[in-house]
Amino acid sequence: MNNFEPKVVGFLCNWCSYRGADLAGTARMKCAPNVRIIRVMCSGRVEPTFILKAFQLGADGVLVLGCHPGDCHYVEGNYKTLRRMKMLEKMLPQLGIENGRVRLDWVSASEGDRFVSIIDDMTEKVRALGPFKQNSQEEKHD
Amino acid sequence: MTKLKVALYWAASCGGCEIATLAIHEKILKLAEVADIVFWPVGLDFKYADVENMADKSVDVCLFNGAIRNEENEHLAKLLRAKSKIMIAYGSCSYEGCIPGLSNFYNRQLTFDRVYIETPSTENPDKIFPQTRVKVPEGELEIPEFYDTVKTLAQTVDVDYFIPGCPPEERTTWLALEALIEGKLPPKGTVISHSVKALCDECPRTREEKKIKKFYRPYEIIPDPEKCLLEQGLLCYGVATRGGCGALCPQANMPCTGCYGPVEGVVDQGAHFLSALSSVIDSNDPEEIQRIIDDIPDPAGTFYRYSLPDSLLRRAMIK
Repeated sequence: MNNFEPKVVGFLCNWCSYRGADLAGTARMKCAPNVRIIRVMCSGRVEPTFILKAFQLGADGVLVLGCHPGDCHYVEGNYKTLRRMKMLEKMLPQLGIENGRVRLDWVSASEGDRFVSIIDDMTEKVRALGPFKQNSQEEKHD
Repeated sequence: MTKLKVALYWAASCGGCEIATLAIHEKILKLAEVADIVFWPVGLDFKYADVENMADKSVDVCLFNGAIRNEENEHLAKLLRAKSKIMIAYGSCSYEGCIPGLSNFYNRQLTFDRVYIETPSTENPDKIFPQTRVKVPEGELEIPEFYDTVKTLAQTVDVDYFIPGCPPEERTTWLALEALIEGKLPPKGTVISHSVKALCDECPRTREEKKIKKFYRPYEIIPDPEKCLLEQGLLCYGVATRGGCGALCPQANMPCTGCYGPVEGVVDQGAHFLSALSSVIDSNDPEEIQRIIDDIPDPAGTFYRYSLPDSLLRRAMIK
């Protein structure tokens, strides 16, 4: 499995984290190409269903980035995300999804460097965990 | 008028759905006026060969309860699908997988280890497991193969209608039967119930603000009989469950466990409940949130109690 390149889906909030990613881009900072970014209006928009759906469709990891606590454009959307992700962190291992595959973090619009370090770190952690192969568990009988 | 031909079958189920069919009480006489039962292993002496000998599409309606757990369940599902004009997944097991579907947290080997070795009342020093074929002096015996993964009926064959519930309530069963008898069938794929909204819509309890500092299990508190159970910290599944049952459990001071499945439009009932539950936690402090969540001992088993095989991931990944 030396050639394994993890597929990570990244949900980024429009107001902070996506701007942070933009900043990293305009500043031409280098980062791992493994995260597929989806812009959402708020990290609070990320339903648990989105995360499970990403795994169902073959993602090896899911990254959710939002504004720092206290900075949410919608006042407390990111706190709702925090509670949800804590609950998911407790439930997902029961479904065989290790905790390192799902990560919630905060990136502000000015933190291009932080964005890069989170992307690189997440990519390496998921690489170490290996591919998430839900489909290999499917029945052989049918 | 020629009578309707009705087949009933149970796959991986507890038998509760069979009783639920009879729970329509005296209305069963009305059913008997218009319908003949042509196959019903629990109630009447038919053999599988009788079904095999029927012409294709000669049965008007098949009420199929139970999940698809082994080769026999799958065979009968396919056979009855071929013989029936209308296939109805009756009850939570065939609709969503239900309690048998919880076995999707494990696989065949882990299930067998538990059942035939680890259970305290089992003595099996030679580690004998069921075999699909075994030779005995009288010949070869065959039993159906046990699958790794429990499936719903719709994951196995084409299904026309779904009747939710563990087991379906009398009013729900009759709603479906009445539509059949009168020939007023809803569009294909309909989940037949009195409501498409969440159970809370028909729950008589008073609702104020949901702010939870601690979750309780039902044995830990005696809940107030008037107030919303979720507001009292019980994991009441009503917010993420289709209504139609009449909110019987909350009226008996017990939280809803979610047996009527997801509300219209929701794909994954467990994720939906998780999301709803997270939003009522009254804290913004990560450590306090963690403490509150730790009151839930088995989140996946609670959120996917009835719907693991029908969820997005269908099963846990076993290494």
